[in-house]
Amino acid sequence: MLSVRNGISRRGVIGTLLAGALAAPHARADVAPLRIGYIRTMVRHPMISLLDQPTPDAGLAGAKLALDDTNTTGAAVGQTFELIDVPVRKGADLPAALDKLVGQGVRFVMTDLPVEGVLTLADAARAHGITLINLAAPDDSLRQQDCRGNLIHVAPTRSMLADALAQYLVWKKWTRWLLIVGSYPQDQLLAEAYRRSAKRFGAKIVQEKVSADTGGSRQTDSGVVQTQQQMPVLTQGAPDYDVLIAADENEVFAGYLPFRTWDARPVAGSAGLEPVTWDASSESWGGTQLQNRFVRLFNRRMMPLDMQAWTGIRMIGEAATRSGSTDPERLIAYIKSPDFGIAAYKGQLLTLRDWDLQLRQPILLSDGRTVVSISPQPGFLHQVTELDTLGVDRPETKCKLQ
Amino acid sequence: MTLRDIILSLPSPLPVTVRLIRATYAMTVTPRVARTSRAMTMGGLALLALPVQAHALTAYVSNERDNTISVIDLDAMKTVKTIEVGQRPRGIALTPDGKFLLVCASDDDTVQMIDVATLQIVGELPSGGDPETFALGKSGNPLFVSNENDEMVTVIDVPTRKVLAKIPTGVEPEGIAVSPDGKIVVNTSETTNMAHFIDVATHQVVAQVLVDSRPRIAEFKHDGSELWVSSELGGTVSTIDPVKHVVRKKIHFEIQGLRAEAIQPVGIRFTKDDTTAFVALGPANRVAVVNAKTDEVEKYLLVGQRVWQMAFTPDEKYLLVTNGLSNDVSVIDVASRKVIKSIQVGRLPWGVVVSAQ
Repeated sequence: MLSVRNGISRRGVIGTLLAGALAAPHARADVAPLRIGYIRTMVRHPMISLLDQPTPDAGLAGAKLALDDTNTTGAAVGQTFELIDVPVRKGADLPAALDKLVGQGVRFVMTDLPVEGVLTLADAARAHGITLINLAAPDDSLRQQDCRGNLIHVAPTRSMLADALAQYLVWKKWTRWLLIVGSYPQDQLLAEAYRRSAKRFGAKIVQEKVSADTGGSRQTDSGVVQTQQQMPVLTQGAPDYDVLIAADENEVFAGYLPFRTWDARPVAGSAGLEPVTWDASSESWGGTQLQNRFVRLFNRRMMPLDMQAWTGIRMIGEAATRSGSTDPERLIAYIKSPDFGIAAYKGQLLTLRDWDLQLRQPILLSDGRTVVSISPQPGFLHQVTELDTLGVDRPETKCKLQ
Repeated sequence: MTLRDIILSLPSPLPVTVRLIRATYAMTVTPRVARTSRAMTMGGLALLALPVQAHALTAYVSNERDNTISVIDLDAMKTVKTIEVGQRPRGIALTPDGKFLLVCASDDDTVQMIDVATLQIVGELPSGGDPETFALGKSGNPLFVSNENDEMVTVIDVPTRKVLAKIPTGVEPEGIAVSPDGKIVVNTSETTNMAHFIDVATHQVVAQVLVDSRPRIAEFKHDGSELWVSSELGGTVSTIDPVKHVVRKKIHFEIQGLRAEAIQPVGIRFTKDDTTAFVALGPANRVAVVNAKTDEVEKYLLVGQRVWQMAFTPDEKYLLVTNGLSNDVSVIDVASRKVIKSIQVGRLPWGVVVSAQ
């Protein structure tokens, strides 16, 4: 079995998923496979760059790779893992989707859903003893007033992302920010995160502007002529500033800002220098190997959501390996214990904040071509771990886990 | 290229010994060179037999970023030559006869053979994709290469340069160690987090031992009684019973003023008597001196930045360690357990090996 493990593992796992079948290639008669559900939205907002167009397997590809990596270890210790992919459309009945997974013996469900969907599922999951792993929703509220004892977060919060960028800008001494905010509620939340970061790390927002979504499509033939005119106007007349920060989660305007601002200033946030969990150019700490495995299997580059899904699966796999069990209760206990840590190509083990079940993690700052820096930045000290300089720390939390 | 050409082609600011050799050669280029040199060595002038090994001890350092090998004269304690090699050189070793230097050119998917006498690349071995590091069998053959991208260990017959086997191990194979009796080769896998024991005769994985996160280097004690495996992210070294295939103990490291996350063990070296181990601690910028009988850490030596790999001089007087981020090699005096020198090399120095000649 060992001699053919790798080849079979790769083809077998992917084949299993495509066929929608449940039997894994390694399944031993005596050990039941651990099944992991994955409920993911198929609703993706349009992107500004043609290079960033949504792919149907966004996130899923990362989960498949992690499943494969985990099954390689599992084969050595008699554990097998399976993924049940549940793509959902807008307005889908999420509790019904969850019920179906319960019927298949699932106790871990990863979610790629917006905040409302995550909350709905978390409350429905409780009755079934299911633990959710939030891969995508960055809302601080889910780790604060709306935190749940059965809801683990791999996705970083908006405040973690904003803090990661802010630390770097402060390290650069680019402390005067022009903040341009989109017109969606998520943009307001992101802007609030930047305001909080500015206050925490000693930056100053010299002015805020709003860029409203007036509808229309993102890319248009010869649209470039208009954006060349519009962006200087949008950024004209600001007080002197060092860096423009865009809060635009829905890709309405931020992507048009770099090189088009009225003043010659760098852009960061939702375009330019972006805080992300992963970048296809990240090569540190063995990252190159992960990138290569990913491209080889999926013929595309690995995106942040893929990394978040990879990490979610690997957390379960790592807990199973270390605890020597696939019993869900033991896995959850291990993941929540101080012994838990997951290696995810970030140069240190990622651990779980016990006060809100948020995964601690370094944040990459990417210009889309290279990793410019990785936060936390040197000099931002913390009494427990520097990773807790990103986001809401224990003394500030409003979370009461139940 | 004759011996004489090589000597005369050496760059001009040379250590005294080499300059003397140049002079000697200019005068007496005869077939009796070998005998002359032996006589002269006895007379106090070192090592004439092979001019480029004219240094009493020579260290070779692979510079991952520069695509070069730095050649260090350990008498002068400085880099005396830089050899251009393939892309992303990492793992580096000498053949047991000391004649060839083997270098993993990871991004060229090959292992290059460098003739130590001429410092020319004289051949390549079919290493498989992305070779990171390797180990030679006890007789100098075969070569076991970890293919980081391919989840394999490739076994190569060195004389014929043929692939004998490709052995699947775990995800991201890294460290390779051959047991002192030559019967077992151990490969660590960074994402599977195991040490895989491979039977050299059958090429089968016979045991797998789970260790802490991201295992990097495996190293046997010289008497074969124990295998140590460093876990870079776990921050520990596991001491493993190579017969029962179980972890006996985990060695932890604590350095005042440093966060636990910054302590990332990589390189491991045992003194020949197996009483002392040195463990390179990566971004902690320190090498731990460990009592290999009691597994207690006795001292931490401050070296350069991001220390990974290490090599003893054959007499074990010095231990050389590569500091990736400060582009230098620290020289540790083994007896006094002190860092005595730092030698500038190329960018991102990765591996180091010392020539016995």
